[in-house]
Amino acid sequence: MLEVKDLSMVYQTPKKEEVSALLNVSFTLEKGEFLTILGPSGCGKTTLLNIIAGFLQPTQGEAVFDGESVSGPSPQRGMVFQQGALFEWMSVEKNVSFGPRMADRPKPDAEISENTRYWLDTVGLSGFGGKPVYELSGGMQQRVALARCLANDPGLILMDEPLGALDALTREKMQGLLLKLWNETGKTIILITHSVEEALILGERLFVMAPRPGRIEKEYRLPFAEQGVADDSRKIKAQSDFVQIREEVIGMIWSMEEEIMGRQEEG
Amino acid sequence: MMKNILRALNAENTENQRKIVSFGDSSLVEAPGGRIWTFASIAFLLLLWILSGTFGWVNPLFWPPIGDVWHQLNVIASEGYRNATLLEHIGISVYRVLMGFLLGCMVGIPLGFALALSKVMNRIFDPIVEFFRPMPPLALIPLVILWLGIGESAKIFLLFLAALWIMALATRSGALSTNIAKVYAAYTLNANKRQILFRIILPNALPEIFTGMRVSMGVCWGTVVAAELVAAESGIGMMIMVASKFLSTDIVVLGVILISLVAYAIDIFMRIMEVRLIPWRGKSS
Repeated sequence: MLEVKDLSMVYQTPKKEEVSALLNVSFTLEKGEFLTILGPSGCGKTTLLNIIAGFLQPTQGEAVFDGESVSGPSPQRGMVFQQGALFEWMSVEKNVSFGPRMADRPKPDAEISENTRYWLDTVGLSGFGGKPVYELSGGMQQRVALARCLANDPGLILMDEPLGALDALTREKMQGLLLKLWNETGKTIILITHSVEEALILGERLFVMAPRPGRIEKEYRLPFAEQGVADDSRKIKAQSDFVQIREEVIGMIWSMEEEIMGRQEEG
Repeated sequence: MMKNILRALNAENTENQRKIVSFGDSSLVEAPGGRIWTFASIAFLLLLWILSGTFGWVNPLFWPPIGDVWHQLNVIASEGYRNATLLEHIGISVYRVLMGFLLGCMVGIPLGFALALSKVMNRIFDPIVEFFRPMPPLALIPLVILWLGIGESAKIFLLFLAALWIMALATRSGALSTNIAKVYAAYTLNANKRQILFRIILPNALPEIFTGMRVSMGVCWGTVVAAELVAAESGIGMMIMVASKFLSTDIVVLGVILISLVAYAIDIFMRIMEVRLIPWRGKSS
């Protein structure tokens, strides 16, 4: 279980102005929940994720995961990045087995390679273990990133726009893969995205965040992820309730962005 | 390995043959084929050299006929020059370069990582590195002779200095180019600081370290010849210096050609090593 308690984060710009990236953000995430976060740029969503991961220290409040206050990065909280986080000097296999190999007391080699093969199969990369990662397409590279994260068996998976750099078709396929992995592993997942459709189809819960100060503007509880596990996601995206919420959320984000533009013109 | 590279190059080449825009496309310049021009240019220069000797276009004192240089090569190769064989002269120069270069790497690479990874180290060493970096090693020859004499240690120390700053800066730049996402990812995958240094930051910096090695190898080679010109009892530079005092231009030219050939061979070796050791170079996503 993840508890985020009254988090605030204040940055200082080089001009010594204070920017409130996050203000009094609180929420609780149960084990196995899939949360997606949407918001215009500058709403603090990446800051929030980096604090939960333990890369950043908040100016106020704390994040508590499974009873322990977050004070730094931990293998219990895995992360999948948009791109560029694979180790291109290692083969696919070495990337995926990196976490288990770096453990304080690594398991026997046979067990690690068995585990690696299992996750490569699960993400649909059987037979690619020996390839250098730079020979793979963008979509396949993100599959490696997912397998690498899952092979380390974290309790919580943080995803910072993991599909943001993919083309539209690959992206939809990968959304299906994410739902499948979530369903099969029961992992708790937080995913940041810029795509409203993606946020709606993947998240059981959705936070729409607003900027200046960064805060949770609205929370939704959504049925689509559950349906997506069983049903074709294209069909769900055409449902009237899906379309209705999609338009509502898009409208909300557009008005936020217009407000930002207006403020910039005044300034 | 070589076969794969050649096959990849050839595959690219068939595509290149269909390209309409050629002026300004650098991949076409690098593409294989067209070797005939290389041979033609070398053959032209050699021909010019032969003809100029045959017809006496140039005073042999300024530029000797190719036959004289060839003759000197045979003489020196069989009889040696100034109490040392030709191989010994080449060998001692190469030895000095390698020693200075290796010592420079051994100190410069860790120094580069320190500069990139520790704020305190950066503040301490940055002014020192920045002060010595632009200083040509040759300007230090008088000081080094004063401190260490004209023996081997003086020359190696000079070459060490020549390689040191280049290696430190190349390593720093390579280490600083690490995408922070890779470091973050490694931390969430159990890695500790030591593992992050050796398994993430070091391989990430390797391409730039290798470039630094090639540059410093070139600088060391230039510096050793100059150092031998000033004071030495052996080495190719010394051979050139002594020969010039006796106006034996043929030996001077022979020495210059040998220097270029050895340097070229070393660079080719390093390029092959680079392809083998760092296949991911330039492939970062």
